[in-house]
Amino acid sequence: MARSDMDVLVAGGGVVGLSVAWAAAQRGLRVSVLERERVGAGASSVAAGMLAPVSEVEYGEAGRRQLDLGLRSAAMWPDFAAALEDASGLDVGLRRSGTLLLARDDDDARELGRQLELRSSLGLAVTRLRGSQAREREPALASCVRIALDVPDDHSVDPRRVLAALVRACAAAGVEVREGAEVASVALDASGERALGLVLAGGEQLRASQVVLAAGAWTPALAGLPAHAQVPVRPVKGQIVRLRDPAGPGLVHTVLRHARGYLVPREDGRYVLGGTVEERGYDLAPTAGGVHELLRDAYELVPGIAELEIEELSVGLRPGTPDNAPVLGAGAIGGLVWATGHHRNGVLLAPLTAELTAGVLCDDETPQPELLQACSPARFAAALTAVELVS
Amino acid sequence: MESAIAVEDAPLALGGLQLRSRLLLGTGGFPSMEVMADAIAASGTELVTVALRRVGSDARSARAGSLVQTLAAAGVAVLPNTAGCYTARDAVLTAQLAREAFETDLVKLEVIGDDDTLLPDAPELLRAAEQLVDDGFTVLPYTTDDPVLARRLVEVGCAAVMPAGSPIGSGMGIRNPYNLALVREAVTVPLVLDAGVGTASDAALAMELGCDAVMAASAIARAADPVRMARAMSAAVEAGRLARAAGRIPRRLYARASTPNEGLPELT
Repeated sequence: MARSDMDVLVAGGGVVGLSVAWAAAQRGLRVSVLERERVGAGASSVAAGMLAPVSEVEYGEAGRRQLDLGLRSAAMWPDFAAALEDASGLDVGLRRSGTLLLARDDDDARELGRQLELRSSLGLAVTRLRGSQAREREPALASCVRIALDVPDDHSVDPRRVLAALVRACAAAGVEVREGAEVASVALDASGERALGLVLAGGEQLRASQVVLAAGAWTPALAGLPAHAQVPVRPVKGQIVRLRDPAGPGLVHTVLRHARGYLVPREDGRYVLGGTVEERGYDLAPTAGGVHELLRDAYELVPGIAELEIEELSVGLRPGTPDNAPVLGAGAIGGLVWATGHHRNGVLLAPLTAELTAGVLCDDETPQPELLQACSPARFAAALTAVELVS
Repeated sequence: MESAIAVEDAPLALGGLQLRSRLLLGTGGFPSMEVMADAIAASGTELVTVALRRVGSDARSARAGSLVQTLAAAGVAVLPNTAGCYTARDAVLTAQLAREAFETDLVKLEVIGDDDTLLPDAPELLRAAEQLVDDGFTVLPYTTDDPVLARRLVEVGCAAVMPAGSPIGSGMGIRNPYNLALVREAVTVPLVLDAGVGTASDAALAMELGCDAVMAASAIARAADPVRMARAMSAAVEAGRLARAAGRIPRRLYARASTPNEGLPELT
C-alpha cells in the first residue's frame, strides 16, 4: 500500500496540524494529514486570530512561561506569514494594527491599572491612554471608555486565510491532505510502547514511522492509548459572532479587547466578535445568552456595531490543559508526538509549534530544550493517576 | 500551624456533610484548572460550589482534565448552585438538573434580581426556596443581609442562610456588620457569608460576627497569587472562629493598663 511509505501521519487538519505537516515536509519528510471533516473545521476556522501574548499575560510562574512561548512565536509570525504567502501565493491577512485594552467604567479602570502594573513589572511595552486619547486613535469608541492600554505589538491574522494558504503550501511541498478521514485510534505494536500508525473510522490502517496528534479538543477521543500515555486535554467552548460593515472598512482599525471579550477588525470591513469561555464539554450550540453578552459588551464600547450585519455565529472548542500551556513533543509512547492543548493560543503558537515539532520529528538537537520541557506531555502524569483512582 | 495546646472545635453540619474546614470555595474565575486545584488544596476546603449553568451537559463528564474530574481528584464535595437564574422557575429547573447531574440534594439557591449588583430577588428567592424544600432539596439560599428575609427563608425550611456582605465579586467586604449580627441573632441554622469577601480580614470579621463559615470565590480566584490567598483565607477563617469563641474584650474609651497596680514591688 502506497500510504505505508509515509514518514509522518498527522491526525488533525487545523492550523497546528497543517503547520507541523508543512514544516516537516520542508525538512524532507513524507507527510500525510488526516482530517475528520474539512480542513480547519474544528477551532481553527472559528478562531479570531489574535497574536496577543502581551494582552493575554497572566500572573505567576505559569503566566510567565506562557508569555515566553507567546513572545517567541509572535516574533516568528512575520517570517512565517511571508514564507506562507510565498509558497501559496495567498495573502494570510497579517495586520500589524496593535491592540487597545479598554476600561468602560471606574471598576474596569482600576483593574486595568493592575494589568498595567503586571505588564510593566515584566518589562512589556504598554502605554496608558486617557479616554480622549483612546478616542483619537479610534473615534468609534463610546464616551464611557475611561482609560485604555495601548499594546503596540499585539497584532492579528486571519486564520481562514492562513488555512487556505497552508493547504496550498502543503500541496506544493508534497504533503497529502485527506479530508473526511476520521482517525479512530492509534495503532500500537505488541509491546504497547511504540506507535505503528493510525486506524481510520472505516477500518483502514495507515502505517508510518512517526505519528503526530494535532486533533485539538478531539485529541483525547482517539482510542488506543493506555492511561499512562494520555494527556488531559478538555474542550473549552467559545462562541464567536462574525459581523460585516456594508459601508466597508473604517469603523475600527485596532484590535479592541475588554475584560470579557474582543473585537478584531479585518481589512475588508468584517469583524470578529468573541469570545465566550465555557466548560461545557463537546457542546457546539450557539446560545442566545452567549451571543447577547458578546453583542451587549461590544455595543457599549463601540455603539456603531449596531449598524453591522451579522454574517455568522460559530462555536469552537479550544483544547485546554490543566495549566493552559500546550502539549508538545514526545510522550510515553515511542513514535508518538503531541502538538495540541494550545487553548486560546493555537494560531499564535502555530509557527513555534511547527518548528519545535519538526525538530522532534527529525530528531534534531533542539536549540530550545527548556521550551519542550515546559510543554512536555509527561507533566500531567501524576494528575492522571489521581483521576484514575477516583473514577 | 499546630499550636501546643489543642483547641477542640465541632465540625460544621451542613446538609448531611460534616465539614472540618469552615471555608467554602467558588470554582469560577481561576486562571487555570491547575491553579484552581492547587488553591483548593491550599485552602483545606471540603466543599466547593459549581454553577450548573457553567458546566451544563458536561456535569457528568468522566474526562480527564474536566472541571468535574478535577474536583473529584481534589477530593472535595460539590455544592451545585443556580447562578445565572433570574426567576424562581429557572432556579427550580436548574436545581432539578443539578440534582440529577451531581446526584446530590444540596443546592445553593441563587435567584438574581439585578445585573449590576447581582443581589438576590427576595420574593422570587422565597418562592423558589419553598418549592425546592417541598421537593426534598437541602436548600442553602444566597440572600441579602436582611434579618427578616433570613428568618422567612428558615421558616420555609432552608437548611442555612448565606447572606452577601456586599455584591458578588466586588471585594467590598462586609459593608453592614450590624445587619450581619442581626441575621446571626435571627436564625439558628448555619450562617455562611456568601459574597463580598475581598481579602483575609473580611473572612476573619465574618467569623468574629458569628458566621459558621465563609464562601470565597473571586477573592481567591482573581488574586495575583490565588494559592497564597487561599491559604490566607483559611488562616483568617480559623482565626476569626477562634476569636469569636474566645470572647473578645469590651471596647473602652480610655486606656486600662494591662499590668495591675497590685503587687508592684515597692522600691524605696
